[in-house]
Amino acid sequence: MKNKPGKYPDRKGHFGQYGGRFVPETLMPALIELETAYNNYKKDRAFLNELKALQKDFIGRPTPLYFARNLTESLGGARIYLKREDLCHTGAHKINNAIAQSLLARRMGKTRIIAETGAGQHGVATATGAALTGLECEIYMGSEDIRRQSLNVFRMRLLGAKVTEVDVGSKTLKDAINEALRDWTTNVRNTHYVLGTVFGPHPYPLMVRDYQSVIGREARQQILKTEHKLPDCLIACVGGGSNSIGLFHAFLKDNIRMIGVEAGGHGIKSGRHAARFAGGSLGIFQGCKSYLLQDKDGNVLGTHSVSAGLDYASVGPEHCYLRDLKKIEYTYATDTEALKAFEVLSKTEGIIPALESAHAIAEGIKTAPSMPKSSIIIINLSGRGDKDVQEVARIKGTNL
Amino acid sequence: MSRIRDTFNILRGNGKKALIPYIMAGDPSLDATKQYVMDLEAAGADIIELGVPFSDPLADGPTIQRAAERALTNGTTLKKVLGLVREIRQVSDIPLILMTYYNPVFKMGIGPFIKKAVSAGVDGVIIPDLIPDEAEDFIKPARAHGLDTIYLLAPTSTPERISRVVKASTGFIYYVSITGITGSALTIEKPMKDTLNSIKGITAKPVAVGFGISRPEEASAISKLADGVIVGSAIVKLIAQGKSIKNYVKSLRKAIR
Repeated sequence: MKNKPGKYPDRKGHFGQYGGRFVPETLMPALIELETAYNNYKKDRAFLNELKALQKDFIGRPTPLYFARNLTESLGGARIYLKREDLCHTGAHKINNAIAQSLLARRMGKTRIIAETGAGQHGVATATGAALTGLECEIYMGSEDIRRQSLNVFRMRLLGAKVTEVDVGSKTLKDAINEALRDWTTNVRNTHYVLGTVFGPHPYPLMVRDYQSVIGREARQQILKTEHKLPDCLIACVGGGSNSIGLFHAFLKDNIRMIGVEAGGHGIKSGRHAARFAGGSLGIFQGCKSYLLQDKDGNVLGTHSVSAGLDYASVGPEHCYLRDLKKIEYTYATDTEALKAFEVLSKTEGIIPALESAHAIAEGIKTAPSMPKSSIIIINLSGRGDKDVQEVARIKGTNL
Repeated sequence: MSRIRDTFNILRGNGKKALIPYIMAGDPSLDATKQYVMDLEAAGADIIELGVPFSDPLADGPTIQRAAERALTNGTTLKKVLGLVREIRQVSDIPLILMTYYNPVFKMGIGPFIKKAVSAGVDGVIIPDLIPDEAEDFIKPARAHGLDTIYLLAPTSTPERISRVVKASTGFIYYVSITGITGSALTIEKPMKDTLNSIKGITAKPVAVGFGISRPEEASAISKLADGVIVGSAIVKLIAQGKSIKNYVKSLRKAIR
């Protein structure tokens, strides 16, 4: 189970002591089938060309790397660049993975795809992938998230997906994943589960990372072209961890500072947060071994974040491994800090960020002033904030 | 020889099949669970599965999910379930199996869990989200302490999976009758008969079938194909309704030959 750095995950999906496959036996043949298909199509010219063409003409890649001049000047420190995943079709990085997995599902001969969603972005992205590839689609979403993200629910339905409300447990993302796994266990023969993040049983953490690492590959080329040097620091928010791994992965060998920002909710002491590294411990949950917010008896704790997309009790296994290797450091931003950053970016740059991405902006606001003016930060602006406008208005007590 | 294997051997000698009911420990209370165990034994159960409640039971349907929620609300924990087993052992020798998700066990620690379980009187464990591939660290100490490790097979299982699971299982092999979660509707599909035959082709270990069995006729049909019949959700549903389980379990016992 020991991996050499750069030689992970192992054959069974272990990132050091993390990851693996902790699922009911019924799903094992499907996971092995998926792993085989993923490995085969990784080298398949026709598949890669189809994906590349869609990345360009459908998703809108490459996304710009934008120099945030106003924010940089107002903070008076490092030069801040934003990787504009918010400009992807459907409004967030989630589409990179959803389109790739939809193509894969169709090539595997599946007729139906399912997915979980928290903020609704992955649900919208998967519903979009299903519409594009002509697959039947069902999205599981917690009833608490449905309330917070009603706009995205309507978007998914417009795209032809069935949205199923999950009204058990905490009624958020983790319960939607349980329900999606139950659906997959039942309909595994014709259904592919489009997991939305670098989590769950092998090969998902590896596969989703590969489909998202286009973010970092582009950003690395773009910054070298514009600034003729590598950045000093990368910042991204971490829910399950797909946009952050997506940005960081192409820079892992460059030995630059990388910061993952978790959801601090009402603060760590309040117990109402989703900061797994700050408040969690090693556990086994929804298919893999990772850091987990749990009680002393091993039951999974409720989480809280103003952003539905970060409101999750565990985190991708590769993040745990890279943290142990000291390649990535992790911190958190509270709800209040994220909401403030949401407004700051809107006013200084004319860009309304997703509340998830606002956590990364909040860390940028903290970090940039103490860095030299010649230094460079890239922040992954993983999604746009249109979906959050209603919720922010509600929090501010504004009647729309 | 374990209590579980002894039970199957005796049943086999008499040309009988095992009735294995499942109930959720702590639903509606641990005291009630103790009484239900006595009732099940009196009604003809051969082996009893005790569910350990977990916050995220991803292999379970709505009936057992709700039972787990009730048990957790009552403060039931893995530690308390082990205490219950110790109490039951004062009055009964019926083989007891814990069905628990992996995280509560992992949190307690594999070594401490196995020692405590065996000393309390647990005979075997079923951990639906711990497949043999990830269970090396669990199987070794379990063997050393004589705790049976029961693994699952499903209609989707390939020959490679079957041989791996058969090798890792002691006590019996748990065949999941449907491609789905607990409490789903049962259909006796052809893959089930094929898989049961291929399991029996490579091992003499007993095979019990569960998931989705509720009517006595279904139990009867399954008992002709396997060494044991596992019934869970149907009993848990009666308990949730506050009804007696004795007559129902007796009707299952009569149906299983």
